[in-house]
Amino acid sequence: MNFELPNLMPMLPEMALLGMICFILIADLFIRDENRSVTFVMSQIAVAITAVCILGTSGPSVSLFGDMFTRDAMADILKLMICLSVEIMFVYSSSYLKTRNLFRGEYFVLTLFAMLGMMVLISAGHFLTLYLGLELMALSFYAMIALDRDNARATEAAMKYFVLGALASGLLLYGMSMLYGVTGSLDIAKVASVIDSGQVTEGAPLLFGLVFVVAGLAFKIGAVPFHMWIPDVYEGAPTPVALFIGTAPKFAAFAFFMRLLIGGLHGLVADWQQMLVIMAVLSILVGNVTAIAQTNFKRMLAYSTIAHMGFVLLGILSGSIAGYSAAMYYMAVYVIMSLGAFGMILLLARAGFESDMLEDFKGLNQRNPWYAFMLLLVMFAMAGIPPTVGFYAKLAVLQAALQAGYVWLTVLAVLLSVIGAFYYLRIVKLMYFDEPKQIAPIAPRVDVRLVMSLNGLAMLVLGLMPQSLMSLCTYSIMHSF
Amino acid sequence: MTFETGVFYFFSTVLLLSATAVITIRNPVQSALFLVLSFFTASGIWMMLEAEFLAITLVLVYVGAVMVLFLFVVMMLDINLARLREGFWSYLPLGGLIALLLVVEMILVLGSRNFGLDHFSQPVAHGPGYSNTAELGMQLYTTYVYPFELAAVILLVAIVAAITLTMRRRRGTKYQNPGQQIHVDRSTRLRIVKMDVEKSPPVTEAKG
Repeated sequence: MNFELPNLMPMLPEMALLGMICFILIADLFIRDENRSVTFVMSQIAVAITAVCILGTSGPSVSLFGDMFTRDAMADILKLMICLSVEIMFVYSSSYLKTRNLFRGEYFVLTLFAMLGMMVLISAGHFLTLYLGLELMALSFYAMIALDRDNARATEAAMKYFVLGALASGLLLYGMSMLYGVTGSLDIAKVASVIDSGQVTEGAPLLFGLVFVVAGLAFKIGAVPFHMWIPDVYEGAPTPVALFIGTAPKFAAFAFFMRLLIGGLHGLVADWQQMLVIMAVLSILVGNVTAIAQTNFKRMLAYSTIAHMGFVLLGILSGSIAGYSAAMYYMAVYVIMSLGAFGMILLLARAGFESDMLEDFKGLNQRNPWYAFMLLLVMFAMAGIPPTVGFYAKLAVLQAALQAGYVWLTVLAVLLSVIGAFYYLRIVKLMYFDEPKQIAPIAPRVDVRLVMSLNGLAMLVLGLMPQSLMSLCTYSIMHSF
Repeated sequence: MTFETGVFYFFSTVLLLSATAVITIRNPVQSALFLVLSFFTASGIWMMLEAEFLAITLVLVYVGAVMVLFLFVVMMLDINLARLREGFWSYLPLGGLIALLLVVEMILVLGSRNFGLDHFSQPVAHGPGYSNTAELGMQLYTTYVYPFELAAVILLVAIVAAITLTMRRRRGTKYQNPGQQIHVDRSTRLRIVKMDVEKSPPVTEAKG
């Protein structure tokens, strides 16, 4: 047989990252506990080098190994965003990890492995690599949640996530196997061409395959009715891990949706649109209403995630380039907001104090007006209040849904997000109008201070100039699909 | 009916019966042994599909390693069967409904209407010189080298995760240090104490 090894340059970011992971894994063995910061810095450098490699190898769309590895504009931009959010996660989490004896080499190595999985998933053009990337990411997460093993809650969260994640993977594989049976190919582009050519006469296997695939996808982003794991995992996991799970993988999940539904199953758009409509409505409804009843900040953020994912689905289901770009924009904005909110929990936490209850935020303004203002910006953005960026994200998604003709859906989404504004504004009320319960001084490290300020101000700056990020998203979608 | 069809039906019948036994039988050890039987018959069916490598791997890996390990675990753990059966009747309606739905869905999807011979041509048997193992190896290390490497990375993650989650250095545990044990001389093991020869204490008569 003839096989020619392709030019591997487009894979350089992944290969460089894997090489550096292996290096860190071995180098960490020779580092004493008190010098663990060396591993930390090496991991940060590894992420930075990966980002440089992505920038250096960008160019026209390329596919390697059949279509198993696809590098296009969307993949590049999503990978860069992942690098950025992992870097920010590292900055926020170091002091929390140190005070809880989690500042270990394995934490960083597993983070980088998860990141590698996301990058593989984003670049996948084949069911096999999609699945392998997903599992690489998920397996690292299961271990990271349980890293704090003596914490019964964390272990329970990891167990739940593991069992439900395995179930979702099973659903996904079942769906993929049906699609493979009907179309005779695992290559997403070939699946698309077989479906478009109308060779498939019997619709039942195709439709059932689609249902299972969509169910698996919905589990991964946590859309209702596949959202049960999110609150428990967010609450139970150590906060830096919850921060990580709540941010970077969302980009991977977005790419997952795009590759499978738009890249592969675009011929069935009428069918999956209906499924996404149901999930979007339920997600926005359940997320916003249930979040009101929460007293734990992390749990509240979990329900808010579910609601936000409903909005992202709103963009995807509109089935147009504008809709996909709006969904990507929303995802990027959501990740920045989420980084800010979880980052604030980490910033206020100290040894023996988690700062994850709503009442821990009482009177933050009196303790430190600047951080209270930053959290205010994040909360305004999450609620979608102008001029913060959250408003434009919601606007773009709703516009796309309107153009697709879903007037009732748009009205419902707006009404429910007004209900949702209540629990975001409650945080603001607690911070500004209540007496502080905690009096410990807030003294984060310089880098945390700087990044937190940038993160909060980004809400405002991106909100005043929404076009820059939006045009980046539109560009990447236009050049990839 | 050709000889091959007969063999196929034989293997399939044994497979179905043993698989049913795995989930219905009460004794976990017997259940595990039935699972071994179903692996053997499944590998027989794979052999008939000309997938020799997979058939051999199934026996070697699943029967030889996984099931033996499983049997060890079953025998070592004292599984409380009564507790496992607890709540069976309360879960039955929901579980039964889902199982029924899956069966209906499988009938709809997997029937010969969708995957019959008129949709797919009958595969042609390979000649005598065909080596399934060699073909598989060629494919794995050329076309599928990227997913193959990814699978290797996943195994690496599994190793890292397993070690992280199970290894702990406990303080205050009692363990032996062989190096220290060997590295001894007479002075650390034996202490010779000079003592005077003692007189036996005088026997005093008990006073009545």
